[in-house]
Amino acid sequence: MSDAEPIITAELIAEHGLSESEYRQAQDILGRDPNLTELGIFSVMWSEHCSYKSSKKWLKTLPTEAPWVICGPGENAGVVDIGDGQAAIFKMESHNHPSFIEPYQGAATGVGGILRDVFTMGARPIANLNCLRFGEPENSKTRHLVAGVVAGIGGYGNCIGVPTVGGECTFHESYNGNILVNAMTVGLADADRIFYSTAAGAGNPVVYVGSKTGRDGIHGATMASAEFDEAAEEKRPTVQVGDPFTEKLLLEACLELMDTDAIVAIQDMGAAGLTSSSFEMAGKGGMGVELNLDHVPQRETGMTPYEIMLSESQERMLMVLKQGREDEARRIFEKWELDFAVVGHLTESGRMVVTMHGAVAADLPIAPLANASPEYDRPWTAASTPNEIHAADIPVPNGTELPEVSVALEKLLSSPDLASKRWVWDQYDHLVMGRTVQRPGGDAAVVRLPGTDKALALTADCTPRYCAAFPRSGGAQAVAETWRNLTAVGARPLGITDCMNFGSPERPEIMGQFVECIEGMREACLALDYPVVSGNVSFYNETNGAAIQPTPAIGGVGVIDSIDAMATIALKADGNDLVLIGECNGHLGASLYLREIAGISEGAPPPVDLEIERRNGDFVRKQIMEGRFVSCHDVSDGGLLVAIAEMALASATPRGTMLGAHLHLDTDIPLHALAFGEDQGRYIVEIDPVGTEDLLAAAAAKDIPTRRLGRCGSEALTINGEQTISLSVLRRAHEGWLPNYMAG
Amino acid sequence: MKAAVVIFPGSNRDVDVIDALTAVSGKEPLLIWHRNTELPKADLIVLPGGFSYGDYLRSGAMAARSPILKEVTVRAQAGVAVLGICNGFQILTEAGLLPGVLMANRDLKFVCRNIHLKVERTDTVFTERYAEGQVIRVPVAHHDGNYFSDSETLTRIEGEGQVAFRYCTPEGHLDDSVNPNGSINGIAGVYNENRNVLGLMPHPEDHIDESQSCADGRPLFESLVESLA
Repeated sequence: MSDAEPIITAELIAEHGLSESEYRQAQDILGRDPNLTELGIFSVMWSEHCSYKSSKKWLKTLPTEAPWVICGPGENAGVVDIGDGQAAIFKMESHNHPSFIEPYQGAATGVGGILRDVFTMGARPIANLNCLRFGEPENSKTRHLVAGVVAGIGGYGNCIGVPTVGGECTFHESYNGNILVNAMTVGLADADRIFYSTAAGAGNPVVYVGSKTGRDGIHGATMASAEFDEAAEEKRPTVQVGDPFTEKLLLEACLELMDTDAIVAIQDMGAAGLTSSSFEMAGKGGMGVELNLDHVPQRETGMTPYEIMLSESQERMLMVLKQGREDEARRIFEKWELDFAVVGHLTESGRMVVTMHGAVAADLPIAPLANASPEYDRPWTAASTPNEIHAADIPVPNGTELPEVSVALEKLLSSPDLASKRWVWDQYDHLVMGRTVQRPGGDAAVVRLPGTDKALALTADCTPRYCAAFPRSGGAQAVAETWRNLTAVGARPLGITDCMNFGSPERPEIMGQFVECIEGMREACLALDYPVVSGNVSFYNETNGAAIQPTPAIGGVGVIDSIDAMATIALKADGNDLVLIGECNGHLGASLYLREIAGISEGAPPPVDLEIERRNGDFVRKQIMEGRFVSCHDVSDGGLLVAIAEMALASATPRGTMLGAHLHLDTDIPLHALAFGEDQGRYIVEIDPVGTEDLLAAAAAKDIPTRRLGRCGSEALTINGEQTISLSVLRRAHEGWLPNYMAG
Repeated sequence: MKAAVVIFPGSNRDVDVIDALTAVSGKEPLLIWHRNTELPKADLIVLPGGFSYGDYLRSGAMAARSPILKEVTVRAQAGVAVLGICNGFQILTEAGLLPGVLMANRDLKFVCRNIHLKVERTDTVFTERYAEGQVIRVPVAHHDGNYFSDSETLTRIEGEGQVAFRYCTPEGHLDDSVNPNGSINGIAGVYNENRNVLGLMPHPEDHIDESQSCADGRPLFESLVESLA
């Protein structure tokens, strides 16, 4: 290396994604020119992906505290107290760019990375979720990407044995060149046994465990910090390859070591590998590190310091142990047949000194790189206010211009975004560990806590078309929808993780989407007492200047005190009443009805009144906890009639019989707007008729609007005695779209 | 009943079967690391589901050659009850303790869903708590569950009554449309000749109580507890 040290040219600097001013800042920090290894380290540490340089200013505005928050953003994952001495640890992260280039491995390693973030903190992962966005179904790449991503997520999660219990999968042309693969992991730990990444204790050994280091994934973080062009496919070699079997061993070995008190600090080697893990641990503790790369387990020969420091080989961890505990730790990793190597030690110097073959390969101050990366206040423009669309502006469905409501329902339920995603979750082991008490397909997945009647409710949501139409409403709605989904199963929402997917922050209109989505999210988090505890930002999701719809995916976690008082969406019994809680205004702007049936992608999204959201949700949750509802479902994409149909379809028994309803929908609002309007803050509940009057009175006492919708019965949905929709027809349409599409 | 669960690197439904055995028998099973060469005395040996050795090379192939399998084979031949679920079934076929092989699913995709099984016979230590011909609902979760054997073997195991479970409709009819993986004759589980070794792809251990939506797997463990007490 030293004999072939290249000259640092302007081209080389640009290739490393550093601006001229950033390079000058690097020179100032060093008091000299960096060598190639050092340039590489600056490049990844200051990449958008690792440094959050464009987003930091705005992320800081999000509420991150609550009495039950044990650890907010800044660690590997967020931690909330779930009572009885236990904590839930969770985070969602993007793996968008690699998944577009190599869908199976990109998605698989996305799952692997987020799992490590969670078990690094001492938690056993108990559930995975994911938010997937693909291009329009007609795009020639979409089918291949869906197949690869789903197989990759399944391949990793199924093998490591963590159930994949929920998520989202939708389609839109804006994702044609930039799909989104956001993976979330939730883990369980003892609240007093959380592991952090702050290095301490000069002389303590720095230990490398897991897989060997190869040349894969070099500059993955830099790739994730630039937009795509036609040459994106050439970046395939920078996508890492996952090995879930090794990760399973690493998980078990780490948890076994965590049962001792040998660990001072631990950090997974994710984006920017050994570089970011060592800098972040040392930076947080104000320590220095001497690293000897000769001791790093290597899969290939002739690797340079540059390659070793920047490799993103998977399934690796870096930890600081207490001096003298190395052998005890080594025995555990040898039992699990994993590499274990002391690669350095902590110093008081505050510098990272990297040596290889007896020569110094890099010598850098840690604090300026880890804690003082560039921070930008990028220019942004506010979104213009979209026009309101009123139900009266849309032709009344009469079977000619627009289909009748019953026909529209069938079309909606078989449209790509609303069609059943069974084809996806059938490929995910959603049952391993034996504690899944609500499977995919409901409002939130529910996973029981071992040895108790308690459970965690988990969901991941976002409505990008709302965010595109008006980012502030869209940001608030994404947070509120997760809160509502948790509420609808009877859980107390505790906090969220956010995965912010946007185009290039260097364009003011994109930066504006980001800023305003954050503002909406902030308002919702505050109003709902629902803090952000972890997150991730993925910018540059654009190709040739065309950006994705703004997609702040939100993962929500709540706790259920007793699964006996949990609600599910499936209709249960003939003769029960159906009641809507919340107000109907027939809001059709930016709705799926408008897009899929009327062919109009316009209008303001539904307003999100957070005070009403909270009031209605708190009311519904209390009723569920008191066991008053037989079933419950929130109203979201597609509106009221779609939600009722989903409840009826979910009632299917193993033999295929279903329970429908006789609906009596008042026509104070035009029927199509009442049926398909997407007003927020609403829930449909099924209740034994003896309790209906009490429910209506209790809601009225809190000024909560209600509406009787009808009664459960028959194997069809009938609307006002006029239109009848067979459930078996609906089911075929709903279940058929995705498998038929994939077989196409 | 004293049960021992063998843990391989990559086992992952060990938790599920440990929970099921504990819930039904009231006793926690012994956990045996795959590198052990000795097995403690046990009435039941369980090889759990998962991806032993990552299922690299071929599902179950490497685990079938790990040290503990020699001891499992000796016990099985001595008549001790052995239960292999999913990856455990694959290991038992690879080890030659059960006839046939498990190939990749017909559509080459992982499949996780509830299926129905017909209980073929109830005179074994695994099934005596079921009714003759009973249809039970349990989940599958596998990529390589497509049971196959040559025609000679198939004739033999069918003739000897070694088929334990078959995929069927909720009404109990055999029908290719409900066969989740393409298994020959809809075979979901088989016994050895003495019927003290059972391998099956589905997961009765995940349907133990109603909170899991169904408890049809429970009688299998109750049968074992009762017969091996």
